[in-house]
Order: sequence, then C-alpha cells, then structure tokens
Amino acid sequence: MSILTVKQLTKQFGGLTANSNINMDVQKGSITAVIGPNGAGKTTLFNMVTGVYQPTSGDILLNGESIVGLKPHQVAQKGISRTFQNIRLFGAMTVLENVMVGMHTHLRSGLFHTMFSTPFMRKEEKEAKQEAYRLLQYVGLESLYNEEAKSLPYGAQRKLEIARALATKPKVLLLDEPAAGMNPKETAELTKLIYHMREQLQLTIILIEHDMKLVMEISEHIIVLDHGEKIAEGTPDDIRNNEKVIEAYLGKGATTAS
Amino acid sequence: MKKWLNVLEQNKRLQAIVIAVYIVVTFISLYLAQKSVVAFLLLLSSLLLLHFTTFSHRVKWVIGIVVLSVLLPLAASQGEAYQSYMEVATLVGIYIAMALGLNIVVGLAGLLDLGFVAFFAIGAYTYGIFATTQANNFMPFGQYPLSGESFWVFLIIGCIVAAIFGILLGIPVLRVKGDYLAIVTLGFGEIIRIIFNNLDKPINITNGAMGLASVQPPKLFGLEFMYPSQFYYVVLVILLLTIFVVRRLEYSKIGRAWKAVRENEIAAQAMGIPLVRTKLMAFAVGASFSGMMGVVFAAKQTFVDPTSFTLLESITILVMVILGGMGSVPGVILGAALVTILNLQVLTELTNWLNQLSLSGVVSIPDALSPAKMQRFIFGVILILFALYRPQGLLPAKNPRFDEKELKSGATNMVDGKEGAKDVYFNG
Repeated sequence: MSILTVKQLTKQFGGLTANSNINMDVQKGSITAVIGPNGAGKTTLFNMVTGVYQPTSGDILLNGESIVGLKPHQVAQKGISRTFQNIRLFGAMTVLENVMVGMHTHLRSGLFHTMFSTPFMRKEEKEAKQEAYRLLQYVGLESLYNEEAKSLPYGAQRKLEIARALATKPKVLLLDEPAAGMNPKETAELTKLIYHMREQLQLTIILIEHDMKLVMEISEHIIVLDHGEKIAEGTPDDIRNNEKVIEAYLGKGATTAS
Repeated sequence: MKKWLNVLEQNKRLQAIVIAVYIVVTFISLYLAQKSVVAFLLLLSSLLLLHFTTFSHRVKWVIGIVVLSVLLPLAASQGEAYQSYMEVATLVGIYIAMALGLNIVVGLAGLLDLGFVAFFAIGAYTYGIFATTQANNFMPFGQYPLSGESFWVFLIIGCIVAAIFGILLGIPVLRVKGDYLAIVTLGFGEIIRIIFNNLDKPINITNGAMGLASVQPPKLFGLEFMYPSQFYYVVLVILLLTIFVVRRLEYSKIGRAWKAVRENEIAAQAMGIPLVRTKLMAFAVGASFSGMMGVVFAAKQTFVDPTSFTLLESITILVMVILGGMGSVPGVILGAALVTILNLQVLTELTNWLNQLSLSGVVSIPDALSPAKMQRFIFGVILILFALYRPQGLLPAKNPRFDEKELKSGATNMVDGKEGAKDVYFNG
C-alpha cells in the first residue's frame, strides 16, 4: 500500500526548472532513498512535500488525500515530519525543550489552562517532559538534556533533529542528508537508528543521502534525480547497474563497490 | 569576596539576616531622611538583592510584595517628598509592565518592534476620550464624561482594544522580516501618533494637538484616586498580574512556540507551529499590557496628548528590554526600573544640583549640557556599551532546567531506552 504518492510534480523558479514531472510512489513502512548529484532538485522535492514550496504543477497525496496548498505546519499536523540538510535546531533552547517544541500540536492546553495552571495542564506538561526525555533516550542524547542545543557536537545535533521530528508523531519521516558530517561510527549508529525507527515506530522513511554505502545498505527503493528529472528508480541492485545513473552520479567505481 | 559569596550562598539563615538587616537599615534611613533619594533607591534595590537569594519562589514573592506594598509607602510617607517618590514608583511600575509586554514581542518571539508606544497611546486615548467631555462630540448616545467608576471596566477595554490593534498591525506586518519589520512597526508607531494629532477634524475625536484635559479620576466605592500614592497601588496590582501572566506564558507551550519561532521560523513551522497565529498572539499579548497601562497613565496624568507617545518613548522601552536582557523577566524588570529612575530621578537631581552650583557661582555649565537634556546621549552610550560588552543584558535569560528524577519517573519500564521505545511512542 502506498502512503505517499507524488504525481507529475513540477517546480519552476522563474526560468529554472528545479523539478520536472516527478512521479514517486512510497510504500507504507518502506525506506526510500532519493539520490542524485548536487543541484538535482532533491531538497526542492522535500520542500514541496513538506509545504515549504508550493509546486508549479502536479499533486502530492498522503494516504490518497492531496496535501498541495497546505501550509508547512498543516503538513506537519497531517503526519509528515522532517530534518534539515543545514541543521535548523532552536539553538538557544535546551535539548529537552527542542523536543518538547516538536510536541506542540499534540498538547491541548490553551490560554485558559496556561493562565490558571490547571491540573490538566500540569499533567500534560509533565507527561510531555517525560516523553521528550524518552525520545532523547531513544536517540541516545538523554545525558545532554539540559544543554543548549547549539553547544552540542555536530553528530548529536543531527540526532536531536531526528528526536524532535519524532516528537511530532509522524507517519512519514523525511531525512535530508542525515549522515552528512558524521564519522563512520556515527553513520553506523545512524543506520541502526533508522532501522529501529522503521521497525518499532512503524514509520515510513524517505532520505536524501550522498553516503552510498548507507543508501545501498538501508533502502528498499531508490529514486535517482538529475537536473530536476527522475532518471531511474528501483532496488539498490537495479540502481547500481543502471547505465544512466552510473554516468550521471555514481561513477564507474560504484558497480564494484560494497 | 568570592569566598564570602560562596558562604552566603550556602547558608540560608545568613541570607535571611543580611536581607532583613538591609531592609531595616534602608527603611529607617528613608523614614528618617525623607529627602534622601539615595535611601529610596536603596530600599527599592532590596528587591534586587532578594532576587539573588536562594529562597523558594513563594518566600521571595511574599517578601517582595510586603516591601512594595507596605514598607516602601510607609517609609516614604513621612515627609513632603512622599507624593514625588510615589510618582516615581508609579511610573516605574507602568514602564515595567510595558517593557514586559515588549519583551514578549522582541525577547521571546524575536520580532523587533520600534512602534510599541502606539499601544500605550491607544490605551490612554481609549480611556481619555470617554472619561472627558470629548466623547460628546461624536457619540450619538450616552452622557460623557463617564464616571470614575468606569475606569475599572476601561482597564479591560483598553487591554482588549490594544490587543485588537496589535493583531491589526500584525496581519500586514508579518509578511516582512527582520529589518523590514522594524521599519514597518516604526511607521505604525508614528502613524498612530499622527492620527491622534490630526483626528480633530472633520469629526473631533481626539481633540488633536490640544489633547484631552481633565480626565476623570478613577473611583472605587466613592473613593477618588487623585494622588500618586493611590495610583501606586493600582499599578502595583496590575504589575503583579502582568508578571504572573508573563511567567506562566513563558514556561508553557505558547512560550516555547514563541522561542522556537525566534530561533528558526522554518523549523518551527515544520514542527507544526502555525507561524502567523503564534506571531499575532505575541503582538496581541504584548500590546494588551501596554494598553492597560495606557488607561492608568491617562487617569493618573488627567491629561492625554500626542506628545507623550513619540518615537523616543518606543526607543526608551526597547532600551529597557535590551539593557535588562532580552527574554528575561527579572532582567527586563531591572532594566525598566533603572532606565526610568535614571530619567526621572538621577538626571533631574543632577540637573538641579548643577543648577544650584552655577547659581552660586561655583561652576558655570551651559544649559545645553544639563544632564536632563542628555537623555538620548546617555541611552546611546548605554546601548553601544551593552552591545559591545554584554549583549545578553544585565540579568540574561535562563532556560528552564529540568530535574532528571522528574523526567525519569514515568519511564519505569525503560531499562534499555531503545527496546522500550515502541511503548513510548504509542502510550505517550
């Protein structure tokens, strides 16, 4: 069953076509990778799916329902969450607070409850804190919960972005270059984490990544973009042996690697 | 010095003794030396000292309220300067409430607003128009001025009207960011002032540059509020309410959303935070405190005219926020108190002193150099110094710190974080 369907999606910035007629079908519970050279339009695709950009034409369906035209926060409420290529944490807030911001849409206490600090609000806040802490444990950052987010090392910041995205309770999680800047050990941990999330949280995961070892190991389905167009899709094996992909992106060495 | 501070920090009884002695000494010195501004300021700064003690919040609040509501007025009440002390204290309170309002917009939500005094003006005119004969000019029904009893209702009306204007300003303004936002809000502040200045024709609503005179003083159970010493209590109550509300909001879902928007708009949206609504909320809540204090201001001065609401006022409030520490409630209170007292007390006292000196022929200081006229210069210097050496302000904003025990108590089944995560997700 497909959870996310992208139909004939096109995005033009003035004369520049960043994405042209992209079709994509993401199966529920799968791990899909979007790869391609720099400037191929991968992040633009993510930005359209999450509502940051409005597509010039085409449609995006989440569980059969169009999400084109929704604001980013509405898309998030529908169950699509993401991390960012250039880390976008709330730097001056603590690690725990960052995760708690992710729970925003699931907290029900409004102005009235806040003003009078009702038992309902206090209970909800307490549970939110505890759940945020558990999410930090999940990604392995629990010891840093009181630190300012901007003071974290790079790899930890990437993990925090994932924890924050999980706090929104998404159905689909988009990871934009999650392994960028990580060392091999951290990448191995990340690989495990992505598997865990899919298995334990029944998430559908779409990732953009340049680390081919990670991509080939983890993904069930790969989509290759080049110059804004989809040039290939299929299983890792298909992609590895696809002439067009080798020419545009992987290079000759990839057929023998890993 | 450091050793002493450490000893003090660990010993609560010692702290209690120090603060008690301090309050008693300053109380007595103000009680006996009525003309001593220094004693008055020292008694006020006992609150700052209180802030640094390690007592529980409740104890701090009780002591603070006792000092402000009983000791300060009592100590000051023994001489002729009583009303002028209370006047200063009242104005300090008004400015603190406004600075706290601006702190929500600038400090928490990160929206630079250079026209904040407009909301103060809106509050002041809301009461001013209906509490003078002015409203007879355009209202088809009713008898004006409304009696002083209506003041209490107008506190709420002023608050709501200012909040509505906050939202009205917000809707067009939130399309722009950063520097552009500052310029547009600056324009808004000036537009409001100029509208009030010119709205005497075709229908005379605000009485233009002449201003509104003899605003009805507030009345409660037949008691008329005429003196600063009475307004002091009105302001004190509203101020405590403001601090209470600001505190609650800051550490709630809404406060976190404001901070998230300040830190990174795109990420905040991706976390499901509606950008426009969150920003409008900041504008509305910030403006409402300002509007409420505008009503008090109009009643206290019994006179409202557009010259009270110039750009310099907006800048002054912004200086208070920056000086104290953006986003920090204690910091902003300190900043507002310092700037107001500097303006009203220190500079005027210095000017008087220098005037006396030049009258008696000791020194001669040209009029242009009198300290009261150097207000802008002094603000400029303060801003530059703080930007260079202490950009986080006098009492920087602190993040809430969580207690690990409290966080863990709900996670009894989590021996291994990774294994238990599935339960987390669906139970939580």
